[in-house]
Amino acid sequence: MSESTSTLREPAPGPTGDGEPFLDVRDLRVHFPTDDGLVKSVDGLSFHVHRGKTLGIVGESGSGKSVTSMSVMGLHKQGTANISGQILVDGTDVVGSSPEIVRKMRGKRMAMIFQDPLSAMHPYYTVGNQIIEAYRIHNDVSKDRARQHAIEMLDRVGIPEPHQRVDSYPHQYSGGRRQRAMIAMALSCDPELLIADEPTTALDVTVQAQILDLIRDLQKEFHSAVIIITHDLGVVAELADDILVMYAGRSVEYGTADQIFNEPEHPYTWGLLGSMPRFDRVRSERLLPIPGSPPSLINVPKGCAFNPRCRFADLNGDLSTTERPELVDAGHNHLVACHLPPAKRRELWRDEIQPKL
Amino acid sequence: MITYIIRRLVAAIVLLFVVSAITFSIFYLVPRLAGATPESLATRYVGRAADVETVELTAERLGFYDPIWVQYGNWAKGVVVGTTYDMGAQDVECPAPCLGYSFITRQAVFPELMDRAPVTFALAIGASILWLITGVSIGVLSALKRGSFFDRFAMIFALAGVSMPIFWTGLMALAFFSYKFNITAPGGSYTPFTQNPAAWAYDLLLPWITLSLLFSAQYARLTRAGMLETMNEDYVRTARAKGLVEKRVVVKHGLRGALTPIVTIFGLDFGLLIGGAVLTERVFSLNGLGNYAVQGIFANDLPKILGVTLLAAVFVVMANLIVDILYAVVDPRVRTR
Repeated sequence: MSESTSTLREPAPGPTGDGEPFLDVRDLRVHFPTDDGLVKSVDGLSFHVHRGKTLGIVGESGSGKSVTSMSVMGLHKQGTANISGQILVDGTDVVGSSPEIVRKMRGKRMAMIFQDPLSAMHPYYTVGNQIIEAYRIHNDVSKDRARQHAIEMLDRVGIPEPHQRVDSYPHQYSGGRRQRAMIAMALSCDPELLIADEPTTALDVTVQAQILDLIRDLQKEFHSAVIIITHDLGVVAELADDILVMYAGRSVEYGTADQIFNEPEHPYTWGLLGSMPRFDRVRSERLLPIPGSPPSLINVPKGCAFNPRCRFADLNGDLSTTERPELVDAGHNHLVACHLPPAKRRELWRDEIQPKL
Repeated sequence: MITYIIRRLVAAIVLLFVVSAITFSIFYLVPRLAGATPESLATRYVGRAADVETVELTAERLGFYDPIWVQYGNWAKGVVVGTTYDMGAQDVECPAPCLGYSFITRQAVFPELMDRAPVTFALAIGASILWLITGVSIGVLSALKRGSFFDRFAMIFALAGVSMPIFWTGLMALAFFSYKFNITAPGGSYTPFTQNPAAWAYDLLLPWITLSLLFSAQYARLTRAGMLETMNEDYVRTARAKGLVEKRVVVKHGLRGALTPIVTIFGLDFGLLIGGAVLTERVFSLNGLGNYAVQGIFANDLPKILGVTLLAAVFVVMANLIVDILYAVVDPRVRTR
């Protein structure tokens, strides 16, 4: 089974983009040794993102989304996590490089927008101060010049009266503006890769769309590669070119947004779609939650990790409980990790699942 | 910001008034409630062989027959505008702020307090600088190297430091460093700063170290706990995500966030100390406020005790006021409240 992950060597198969991807993650494994056992937060994950493209990583809490993004940023504390595999950012391997090299890449080549801007910004420094700090780490400029840049960035992300607001503290901003300021900070050094970890989760619904629009506009302007991490399929529907569905630290389905939304093949993806309210279709009945809860990452279920919650697991004999399905191309670079035969999956989707959504 | 300071200031003055009333009651009302008569109180201030008339006259002069609030009023008036004590043979002027007059040493209390305050101040300031530097840096290092040999050693050291009383560490330090090795000044040495700063520092070195040992242990633990918390905060992660060097992440983001409780405790500790570091002053025979209070207690000299208690209360209240203002400096969220 490790064979097929190593077949993802050369250009890792994935949906969108030609040529060298800007970010290329290959067989990433992030394991945390704890007193209770080894927590396999990410266990053999491969994906890539090209400049100008957006990848959405979707999954429930504890599926390894945030751990993945922290690994790409090189933010895991040394000694707490065992990381293997490769994370190539424009050819430089974050996993194998020295902390100092990765530190210099952080903020400049890759930047991150965090979930809760109130706790992610330092309460004791002004917003401007924090943007100036981010800018001056990677740009040798005077304080005045950096301040000018901070004001420009605040203006760019749509903060009114940036000349005054630059001297306000995070707690004096509203939630949406705080997230805008956070984005301004992340973009201050013009990063080529932007990771947004649940950028709208802490926000008011009315503000969420504005923030997503902002990210989309800025991506066009900066031509950066973007990763959106979320549990909200609505968010990735807005933004993503490609979607990676994660479950228990592994990718279960990886394809273009179109493939994931219109021809999903993995029962877990079906479950996610079923639990999401949609306005583009006539609502049939209630939302359908996925039964059960996400598995423990210490004792991942044998075979397919999703089998205890999967309605179709028994269609495969005992294959689902004994052998872990590999992520294989089901055609058109649409990767699915499921034991059900592709034809059967499409039939189930067409006849059973889609009509109920 | 200014209204914030004014509000704090008014609260401080009210607090001082309450503290003075309570302190006064403890020394003048409680004995009465416990059965003392004005005469029995007055016997302290007359000779051993005084007759009944002398005692009654003294009680009259000292105002012991007046109701307690009149007595407090007179005393408070003395603090604000000064007063004159009727000593029979001659009157004694006690200019404002008159914190009382010791009938035993025949000295006004306030000038005596002012004579001794510099000693206590010098002791408190030097020691607090020492313990802030050592305590906070040990705490930060311990938190960063949590579970390491250094951390364990530092925390055992801190536990020992907290557990060892000054009258033991002080005497041990004196015995070894001053008397056996002759490195530091012997007990009872004190040179005013204005006379010779070098000698001043040399004389106070051992008291500083002894006193700061106790506090730095406490501050190391406090800083460690605070740093363990803030270093896990989201904003520290953000600082790292910007590409900031780790040293700046720790000091500018982590330590800054952990500073608030340290400032609070420091204000209280410092306020208490400048009101009299009783044990340290006793052990090193320094004539500061603490020693003055002890002498007052041994001599049963109420005005001295009352005076020193009130001065200490003023210091604590002032320290708290400064802490409140510092809060607003440290934490911008307080300013807008």
